[in-house]
Amino acid sequence: MLVTGKAHKVGAHIDTDAIIPARFLVTTDSGVLGANCMEGLEPGWIKRVQKNDIIVADENFGCGSSREHAPIALLGAGIPVVVAKSFARIFYRNAYNMGLVLLEVGADADKLHDGDTLEVDLDAGRIKNLTTGESIVCAPVPQSMQDLLDAGGLVPYVKKRLAAKQ
Amino acid sequence: MSHNLAEKILQAHTDEEVTRAGQIVTCRVSLVLANDITAPLAIKSFKGMGATKVFDKDKVALVCDHFTPNKDIDSAEQVKVVREFAHEMGVTHYYEGGDCGVEHALLPELGLVGPKDIVVGADSHTCTYGGLGAFATGMGSTDIAGALALGETWFKVPPTIRVEYDGKLEPFVGAKDLILHLIGRIGVSGGLYRALEFGGPVIDNLSIEGRMTMANMAIEAGAKVGLFPADAKTLAYCQAHGRHGDKALKADPGAVYEQELSLSVTGMSPQVACPHLPDNVRSVDTLKGLRVDQAVIGSCTNGRIEDLREAAAVLKGRRAHKGVRLIILPATPKIWRQAMDEGLFSIFLDAGAVVGPPTCGPCLGGHMGILAGGERCISTTNRNFRGRMGSLESEVYLASPAVAAASAVAGEIFNPAKL
Repeated sequence: MLVTGKAHKVGAHIDTDAIIPARFLVTTDSGVLGANCMEGLEPGWIKRVQKNDIIVADENFGCGSSREHAPIALLGAGIPVVVAKSFARIFYRNAYNMGLVLLEVGADADKLHDGDTLEVDLDAGRIKNLTTGESIVCAPVPQSMQDLLDAGGLVPYVKKRLAAKQ
Repeated sequence: MSHNLAEKILQAHTDEEVTRAGQIVTCRVSLVLANDITAPLAIKSFKGMGATKVFDKDKVALVCDHFTPNKDIDSAEQVKVVREFAHEMGVTHYYEGGDCGVEHALLPELGLVGPKDIVVGADSHTCTYGGLGAFATGMGSTDIAGALALGETWFKVPPTIRVEYDGKLEPFVGAKDLILHLIGRIGVSGGLYRALEFGGPVIDNLSIEGRMTMANMAIEAGAKVGLFPADAKTLAYCQAHGRHGDKALKADPGAVYEQELSLSVTGMSPQVACPHLPDNVRSVDTLKGLRVDQAVIGSCTNGRIEDLREAAAVLKGRRAHKGVRLIILPATPKIWRQAMDEGLFSIFLDAGAVVGPPTCGPCLGGHMGILAGGERCISTTNRNFRGRMGSLESEVYLASPAVAAASAVAGEIFNPAKL
């Protein structure tokens, strides 16, 4: 699968309160959460985002609260992929469970700039920076995460397990 | 083979052999937890999974503590969803209203967590139970839905950082300062994907409540769990809270650690985490003169009876500075009653404090103490992210109950030893 979109750079340790502040946690609706995505980072941040745009972050993206509303807000905002130097672990699990793709690229994240157009090949694990012409090869998605993605996320995976039990 | 604490507990809950960090293992869980913010999403996923019953109605805890007493119509609707699900599933441990408290203070008090347990909770501070020797960690709602349905979940065996504390604690320096100091040293991602394992003479002498305060903030270093051995003190605590059959637990001799840190506490002053990350830690004395508008004492980090006693010892015979809102939230109804019976409320009220109900409320900017732009709060909670307690232009400083109380009195961030 190919995703092409504009890069939006954010800093290190972007916490889930920044991604979706607690005052919005009175709903589970992805549209409402998406409309308020990154409201804790910068009010109105979402206005700059078009469907299929990509967040490029420094280290420890998604730290803090376990709120699954964070990946839901990103997906609701039309962001299918987050590229970062590293991710916080609860957020990492949540993202895969929700179908948000995370690409951990280490220092290579510095080769991507705000406003660059990126083409992400999810199958090959490659990010092509269409603005600079440079390519980044990502570490493969761990097998256990790939199994989860192949099953279509954790919900269908558990559904299959439960059906097999009966 | 020799196991450290994390490996030892995981091994007790899986049929696979735990041999190395990085290995993925599936483990049976002892308790599954969610709250009024995370349970509605978990219930949505649970139903999407086609699940019709929880794996064990006695091993599920649903605690409505975040936006309760319900702050608005939307939060009331969310609690209603959780209440109806609990009823439908026959969940034994559903808590709301007068029997409800801040989840991570409540569950240990009810004897629902103990040594060698694996506890997963849709709340990042689930790691608190590491203070009792439980492998306890936060997850998202859908992972929790899976655990509710199957009674098991997968874990990546974490590498462990062993942290040893020795030396002599100064007056007004305790568990909160120890953990803030460590986070300041290793950073908010210093424990990422890792287990923290605590030990040493200072830890041996620390109370169970203090250990829970420390374990609670393991997540602020990015860690999966913050583990303490279960010793005679742990077993006495568990027994006093209605548990039977718990056994002592410690790492095997020769266990493997990724990193070993040795920290001396002698001469350490009270620590404060400055905006806007928990690793921006400084000595309280370097912050003298910073005016505060609000002081909050409570939460899953520091809302237990020892914390309230510590605050009362500082506040006794003193008043909060004019213009400082001092908000004290005992974390559970039992703690509330105990504080009342011990006469702490008279001290708090004489000091001009507002004593509120058990709730997470202000910690996450929910309600009962939201900050306006330009306001500064000293708080015994666990996070000081930008906007965490309200306006993006407000500031949160994290500290112990003694420092929060002293700062309320002084009207500025203040060392209780110098009050």
